[in-house]
Amino acid sequence: MNMKEEYLNIPKEEFEFYQREGVIHDKKLETKPVGYFRDAMGRFARNKSSVVAAVIILFLILFAIFVPILFSNNYTNSLTDTTYLQYSRLLPKCDALAWTGWDGCKDVTVSSDIYNSYLAIGVETGMSPITEVYRADYEDSSSNSSSTFYDIRLDSYTQTGMIYLTLTESEYKAIQKYQNETGVQVIYPAIDTSELRLESLKNNANIWYKCSNKGMPRLNKDGEFENIYKTSGNDGDYDSLRIEGDDGSYRYALVSGTSSAMAFKVRVFSYTYFQYRYGFEPSFLFGTNAYGQDILTRLASGARFSLVFAVCIALINMFIGVVYGAIEGYYGGVVDLVMERIADILVDVPFIVVASLFQLHLARRVGVVPSLLFAFVLTGWIGMASTVRMQFYRYKNQEYILAARTLGAGDLRLMFRHIFPNAIGTIITSCVLMIPSVVYSESNLTYLGIVNLDSSTRTSIGSMLSAGQSLLSTYPHVVLFPAVFISLLMITFNLFGNGLRDAFNPSLRGTED
Amino acid sequence: MFKYVLKRIVLMIFVFFVILTMCFVLVKLLPQTEAQQFGKDANLIQQRREALGYNKPILVQYGIFLRRTLAGGDWGISETLYRGQEVWDVFVSKLPATLMVNVYSMLFSVPLGLLFGIYAALKKNKWQDHVISTLVMLFISVPSYVYALLVQYILCFKLKLFPLQMNSGTDYFSWSMFVSVVPAVLSLAFGTVASLTRYTRAELSEVLTSDFMLLARTKGLTRGQATVRHALRNSMVPVFPIILGEFVSILSGSLIIEQIFGVPGVGQLYLNSITALDYNFYMLLTAFYTLIGLVSGIVVDISYGFIDPRIRMGER
Repeated sequence: MNMKEEYLNIPKEEFEFYQREGVIHDKKLETKPVGYFRDAMGRFARNKSSVVAAVIILFLILFAIFVPILFSNNYTNSLTDTTYLQYSRLLPKCDALAWTGWDGCKDVTVSSDIYNSYLAIGVETGMSPITEVYRADYEDSSSNSSSTFYDIRLDSYTQTGMIYLTLTESEYKAIQKYQNETGVQVIYPAIDTSELRLESLKNNANIWYKCSNKGMPRLNKDGEFENIYKTSGNDGDYDSLRIEGDDGSYRYALVSGTSSAMAFKVRVFSYTYFQYRYGFEPSFLFGTNAYGQDILTRLASGARFSLVFAVCIALINMFIGVVYGAIEGYYGGVVDLVMERIADILVDVPFIVVASLFQLHLARRVGVVPSLLFAFVLTGWIGMASTVRMQFYRYKNQEYILAARTLGAGDLRLMFRHIFPNAIGTIITSCVLMIPSVVYSESNLTYLGIVNLDSSTRTSIGSMLSAGQSLLSTYPHVVLFPAVFISLLMITFNLFGNGLRDAFNPSLRGTED
Repeated sequence: MFKYVLKRIVLMIFVFFVILTMCFVLVKLLPQTEAQQFGKDANLIQQRREALGYNKPILVQYGIFLRRTLAGGDWGISETLYRGQEVWDVFVSKLPATLMVNVYSMLFSVPLGLLFGIYAALKKNKWQDHVISTLVMLFISVPSYVYALLVQYILCFKLKLFPLQMNSGTDYFSWSMFVSVVPAVLSLAFGTVASLTRYTRAELSEVLTSDFMLLARTKGLTRGQATVRHALRNSMVPVFPIILGEFVSILSGSLIIEQIFGVPGVGQLYLNSITALDYNFYMLLTAFYTLIGLVSGIVVDISYGFIDPRIRMGER
């Protein structure tokens, strides 16, 4: 007790300042404060599968952006070219990975006459479509035809062989000039068809040798093909590369028409003609489709369209959903009731009905893409709105809102400065998850043909798949690459979205450690 | 409970009518194309239009439409697809194919999904669970037409186990028909199995960690007994309505799978009615799909209340 008494009456002189110089601060925090987003990012980064997914998504997006730019060339740009069809259904070819079987070839079993015609292409041009013979000249007991069979590996790029083209004089001269400059043989000698009886053989540009009516070659005594090149007639003064064994007597074109408008029917090798026409050797990483279009650039541009489209829809839906949900949740009562009923009705309309109705109504007036966009927007925002509404209901009666209101904050400020930021995590998550669902629905609709986005300049993954479906059994590569792409996109976006959802959920903080 | 069910059904009918009205008006607002299929006689076409009431105001037409369809069950006559046939009859004849494919796929996927889900939950955080969860993630994400194409390529084309397309006849219970629907059933089932597995695993693993499981073990039940009698039943509360909802929605089928495997069902009819602009079919099928969606939603909601009496539906 005495002690206390003593402390009560401490004389003023006994006091002294603890610190005389400088101003006293609170202790600085030794660690940086962890904000909402930093916290979320930290949690996201610990989720390995989501990080991997994010990297793959980035890669897919870069693929969609840059491939159409980097890989555009004379071939992918010339959209109205009719020679295009000569290069249809080429198989995927990648020179660096040729040993894995990605070499533009495929294993086939052919009968001997077809085998010989392939052999003849190789003899004439030096580029044999037959890259390997697995089993030669065997008889197949299950087949009732008398011919023998060959199991070979066939190069799809040279298998077409020769094609007939009708050129104007200037085109004819241009090819000759190209041949002189590069030393690449494009035009091959014309054929003397007088010995061939059947019309189908006469029209076949690959029959340059003596053969039977069935197309079986008649070999000479050395076992070589005997040519039936044309040696007489006018070929418009061909003066360019001549093929090996030509003594100058072969004729390289059939000339018709008047002297003012001459037409030259020539036999060109499709492979080297491609080189002349487009400036590079034909080689398609993903192959070509039934119309000869390059699958790589088409897939990338289709993916780019899908992604841009999906992001636009996600943003629009987010905007509408946030505003709608905020009004519903904030005001509540009758406003909420009425707006909820409207949303209830809209959410029950089957999407396929909406999409088809919009196609029937709007596609002709505003175009296919805008009408599809409207269809997605019409019902797409409802999920977002209900998420935002829930968040508003949760936060609008909390004390800090009351405090802000007491300080004079208006409705808009309360809604968007004080309540809305609480919902931002869920909004970002559902926005990200909306992207794959839009891509999926869009590819579904285009697959079914309800929406047609396919044209020479634009395509979508769904229409690529449906176009490839009829070729599935013979040319699976047409379907394979779009299918792989969309599967990868779906998987990675879902993983990424799940990772984001966990990351934006602060209640999970520290649970993984 | 009864009041809640009634309320939901009344609301459903209301929504159904609103959607039907919207579709009707939108279809009627489409630009009229000259009907050419009933002969070139313009007079005849005009007479037919008059007889069908196409020249009346839309509201009057809507009245006629409602009276004819909902009261009389007469959905009109096909104009382009199955010319002259009753739309309803064609629709009913297409229904069994769709139904068969989807019933088979449910029969196949429900047991499998539950089994995988239960197994994954019991082995939670062991390698079996990780494998199943990864596969589920893959199978949920990959679009169904990708499996369909894979199944078609590998099973039908490479291995030649099944025909590429479904048989078109009506002998729904013959062996060859069964074989021909297997690819479609498989492609439909992958996604359902995956989503059921995910639900079951999530629910069961939550229940397994709850207190009453500890009690069950303490009072002497073996792990198996506790799991089957206490955990499984409780975990089925949210899973079962989902299965029920799927069973209702199988009626509508999957458009894309039907397209790929040539199932002569309702989905194909719907697609054809869009491309051929056969509006009577379109209206019928739109009504059908809308109704299926609404009913399956309600069935799911109501079944929660029946399965678990603790859930009082409609309470605030």
